[in-house]
Amino acid sequence: MKTTCVAMILAGGQGSRLGALTKRVAKPAVSFGGKYRIIDFPLSNCAHSGIERVGVLTQYRPFELHNYLGNGDAWDLDVRAGGLFILPPYARDKGADWYQGTADAIYQNLYFISFSDPEYVLVLSGDHIYSMDYSQMIRAHKEKGAEATIAVIRVPDEEAPRFGIMNTDKKGRILEFEEKPKHPKSNLASMGIYLFSTDFLRKYLEADARKRTSSHDFGKDVIPKMLKDKAKLYAYAFDGYWKDVGTIESLWEANMDFLADVPPIDLGGRWRIRSANHSMPPHYLGPRAKVRHSMINEGSVVLGKVEHSVLSSGVHIDPGAVVTNSVLMPFARVGKGAVVDHAIVGQGSFIEPGASFKGEEDKIRVTGDETVYHADGTITEGGGSF
Amino acid sequence: MKNVMGLVNLQAQEELLSALTDQRPLASLPFGGRYRLIDFPISCMVNSGIRNVGAILPTNSRSILDHLRSGKDWDLARHHKGLFYLPSVRKLKGEPDGDLQNMYSNLDFVENSSEEFVLMANSSAVYNMDFTPVMEMHLKHAADVTMVTSPAMGSDASTGIVIKAAKSGNVTDICLQQNIPKGEERALGIYFMKKQLYIELVRQAVEHGGKDFRVDVLLRAAKGCRIYAYHQKGYACRVCSIQAYYDTNLDLLNHKVWEELFLRGGAPISTKVKDMAPVRYLEGAKVKNSIVANGCEIAGTVENSILFRGVKVEPGAVIRNSIVMQNGIIGSRADIECVITDKNVVITAGKVLQGARTYPVYIDKNKRV
Repeated sequence: MKTTCVAMILAGGQGSRLGALTKRVAKPAVSFGGKYRIIDFPLSNCAHSGIERVGVLTQYRPFELHNYLGNGDAWDLDVRAGGLFILPPYARDKGADWYQGTADAIYQNLYFISFSDPEYVLVLSGDHIYSMDYSQMIRAHKEKGAEATIAVIRVPDEEAPRFGIMNTDKKGRILEFEEKPKHPKSNLASMGIYLFSTDFLRKYLEADARKRTSSHDFGKDVIPKMLKDKAKLYAYAFDGYWKDVGTIESLWEANMDFLADVPPIDLGGRWRIRSANHSMPPHYLGPRAKVRHSMINEGSVVLGKVEHSVLSSGVHIDPGAVVTNSVLMPFARVGKGAVVDHAIVGQGSFIEPGASFKGEEDKIRVTGDETVYHADGTITEGGGSF
Repeated sequence: MKNVMGLVNLQAQEELLSALTDQRPLASLPFGGRYRLIDFPISCMVNSGIRNVGAILPTNSRSILDHLRSGKDWDLARHHKGLFYLPSVRKLKGEPDGDLQNMYSNLDFVENSSEEFVLMANSSAVYNMDFTPVMEMHLKHAADVTMVTSPAMGSDASTGIVIKAAKSGNVTDICLQQNIPKGEERALGIYFMKKQLYIELVRQAVEHGGKDFRVDVLLRAAKGCRIYAYHQKGYACRVCSIQAYYDTNLDLLNHKVWEELFLRGGAPISTKVKDMAPVRYLEGAKVKNSIVANGCEIAGTVENSILFRGVKVEPGAVIRNSIVMQNGIIGSRADIECVITDKNVVITAGKVLQGARTYPVYIDKNKRV
């Protein structure tokens, strides 16, 4: 049977705006929501949408990401006719190149796409938190007879200048695409999810690759060129929760979103988000623990007070410690009597007893991985940044 | 332990737990929030380096098959060796139950395995141990059979094998005793021997009309063998009554026991992975000294309790000294103390249920109270 759709997840970016959190790992491998990694969201969406052939394009600090993905079995992607494929940049007989941009990354892997000869190619990014049925988007693409379909979401008018904004006609056909416009004409923002008919995509990627002046980026080069040629580009409106977690503040915010009484995505429902789990025992709350408005994962031990926070697996909160409005990455530890507020504590990091590690709503404090924050406010950086 | 094959005897003495094991074999009894008893022997075997494990199944084995599946969660889904199911044979009408017949009819699996030794464990005890020193002791003393023992906890006083041993570990007396007093050295159902001896003993016992491994092999056929006892120092409890089940679960609230039992420095107990979301603590949650598994949603008070996966505690509900198994719902303002609710139990709003620490109330699977 011919494969209908191949998904390509762009997971090679550094995510430099996440600062200390991506010193050691690529952005898609950053922990989220207590138990997940960011890439779990697009991967789970693929699995639930029936897309069983997924390429993950990696480049920046790929070890932990590769290690995490394994053979894709956590997402039931360890199938013989397809599955999960890790696609790093590679050398050829005429030299070697890094991925120069999003479009170039796909271009360099056109051989992988031809290999399964799909009707459609779905390009996803590995840094968004959302839950979406891609098969609906594929159906809309077919119905409209589109050559490319771009998923869009309505954003508040005042935020529109931060996004790539689509201007469409009544039927949803995209007339114009503006990257971060000062005076947006609509509030339909691109979600960075592109569905292409394969032959159409190949044609444009090959043309783009030949163009020396191009920066080989979908948003900057390829999509504008398609629009200029009056190709059939349609917007597909999505109205669920979607969050770009490209910055410390947005990553923190998205984590906090899940503490609402009704969480924006039902993580454990029918469309549950899957992740590569370790077997950890259920968490333990001690005799003096106080926990409210929080999300706590397996393997954690809470002996202090936790409010409005997200605790990943294996986190330790010692007696008398107070953690509020914070995200604790796996195996972080907060020492006796320490105070953590409006912060993201990196994987395996230690806030020493009595230390005060506090940020503010619009200035979240962050430690990198394996970092020690001393009681006197000095920091010993962790390893991993060679 | 490369030269050792594992056998898990899942046909344990179930009559002891009555209600808890009416609908499931003891091996698949839920424990500690997300585990089943079978996880303990299998994880310890794998962590000790055993790579060939045969599971001797009881007659009603669906829940075990569903839990173990390919053995992947214990790294036992392998092209070479791995997990093998040894199903029970059809028994003749009126024939009493016993585990020996099953062992006998699956002897060819043991015979055809390449390992020299067998480590057999049943699934009625909770422990986390390395089996390597058991083998070392066995070899050092040139023993025929080495069994693992530990002092009775007091709460697991029920029929079991009790031994007397010299300081060296040489067993001088074995007996099957009822009501084991606290501190008495009793067997944890773990036996180590040469494969060939295992085959001989089982064959001999069955040919003499034997039914039960403990009685017909250990007490009779093995007479004249050099039997040694390996004294297990860590936490070990036999789950042999509802009271023992209750006490063992609540023992986990001692943080040292929790850590020793589940993590033991890099040799954790593994179980089937289910992709449940982290626990959500909502407004009104007051949780103290408790173990809470993923997928729970808590808006009430929980103290000294074990909540399994997917439990909902509604606003104003109070849970004390209780065990709530998977997908239980404790309705708003309901109040339960010293209660064990089995899977999918619903306690409707406002209900009050109270047992005692020495006599917990048990509520059957799928019941609505």
